[in-house]
Amino acid sequence: MKHHAFIAAGFGGQGVMLFGKILSLAAMYENLYTTWLPSYGPEMRGGTANCTVVLSEEYIASPVVDQPTEVIAFNIPSMYKFEKLLPENGILLLNSSVIDRDPERTDIQVFKIPANDIADELGNVKVQNMVMLGAYLKATGAVSFDSVKKALEKSLKGKKAELLDINLKAIEAGMNALVK
Amino acid sequence: MAEKVMVKGTEAIGEAAIRAGCRLYFGYPITPQSELTEYMSRRMPQVDGVFLQAESEVAAVNMLYGAASTGHRVMTSTSSPGYSLMQEGVSYIAGAELPVVFVNVVRGGPGLGDIQPAQSDYFQATKGGGHGDYRLVVYGPESLQEAVELTAKAFDVADKYRNPALILADGMLGQMMEPVEFPEFRDLSTLPDHSSWAMQGAKGREPHKITSFDINEYVLEQMNLRYQEKYKKIIENEQMWEEYKTDDADIIIVAYGTMGRIAKTIVNMAREKGVKAGLFRPITLWPYPYEALAKLADQAKLFFTVEMSMGQMVEDVKLAVNGKKTVEFYGRTGGVVPTPNEVLAKLMELI
Repeated sequence: MKHHAFIAAGFGGQGVMLFGKILSLAAMYENLYTTWLPSYGPEMRGGTANCTVVLSEEYIASPVVDQPTEVIAFNIPSMYKFEKLLPENGILLLNSSVIDRDPERTDIQVFKIPANDIADELGNVKVQNMVMLGAYLKATGAVSFDSVKKALEKSLKGKKAELLDINLKAIEAGMNALVK
Repeated sequence: MAEKVMVKGTEAIGEAAIRAGCRLYFGYPITPQSELTEYMSRRMPQVDGVFLQAESEVAAVNMLYGAASTGHRVMTSTSSPGYSLMQEGVSYIAGAELPVVFVNVVRGGPGLGDIQPAQSDYFQATKGGGHGDYRLVVYGPESLQEAVELTAKAFDVADKYRNPALILADGMLGQMMEPVEFPEFRDLSTLPDHSSWAMQGAKGREPHKITSFDINEYVLEQMNLRYQEKYKKIIENEQMWEEYKTDDADIIIVAYGTMGRIAKTIVNMAREKGVKAGLFRPITLWPYPYEALAKLADQAKLFFTVEMSMGQMVEDVKLAVNGKKTVEFYGRTGGVVPTPNEVLAKLMELI
């Protein structure tokens, strides 16, 4: 049964919430059950932010997750905070442009993606979150690229529509950057 | 079937209210439900409704009182400290028998508390809050889809009994997103006819009087007895609950709202460990489904109430179980949401 529960975490402004929303929306388009739960405490006002997303073929009882199947860390504090929760062999994706250290865990799968550098090469460092999203797709196959594309088209409306192209390129670059 | 859309809990409740025929919203922003106020400020003009941001919660509740007197569907939304400020008006509205829908997206308390999810306003919601012998019909949704359905129901029930109703959500339900299907827009011409009591112009008829006041104690007692008759009917007709895997359960977890949803995971985790757990989830917190819960007291060895409070609904569980079996409690408060593993560990200690 398909079931993914991930925590994406980073600084406010790194697009962590959008990372989760796009994947959650894509899951909806695949008729999966999904929940997106933000941290919205004082940490959103300047510190670290995170969201917990569940994608499942079954009704999601608890949107609160003790043990995520994957953690996507966008900064060092998030890596140390959430790597602990992963099960053995769980997946940790790191934005290695920001995180210049190794995780403490040695019994998990770690993928380092220089997301800022890749995004910078594409011409807009802000799409580093979509680079990470591409890497997440490659690592897990949780949802398809097409569903993510649909979710992005839905989310980037009006003036933001012109950003669709670079976001899709970032996702593709992220997929290519992850080597299993 | 309608198309699924991804929405935040606060927006889901707002849209559901509009689709239920609510065109009057009065409120004052407060975290974690300001998005609902904001949503209404955007949506109400689109549907020829009225959005009015009051200068305070006290003003908002009195605007509701006046607007509800005209027989239109009205609502407000707020969070714990804001709902406390409204209590005088809630009591007046209950006494004047007006259909108003309140939404309290509960946050940590008491006092200013914090902005994280909590269930510590249960007493206030179900046992009073304001003064006098009055009741609100109180719904505790567990998911956004259920919140959408219960919002529509709250308007119908409020109209049916001329009584205020309350959606008791929490910060988690308010802030999370998940896919929901909205019902079609209610045709406003099909809304209940309140011309027999509402303030809609008295030309050519006797004026209507809407008040919670009478200086004659015997008349006021009669008014109260009439309220009680109505509450009795609500108790008979409006109880809602869900039972999850209770058929063969000897451990009954009792939880509502967000905690009720999380408890389903706990039930499944306990069953993997060979513990026959089930969940009883009250959906109406008033009227509380005492009899349905009491029925489980024969088969259960233990009741285990879990709340995001220091123990409030547990008192109703004890009333229902009536000493037949042990009722244990676990809660976190101040905005802390218990995780499934944490509650499971506590449960395993108990058995």
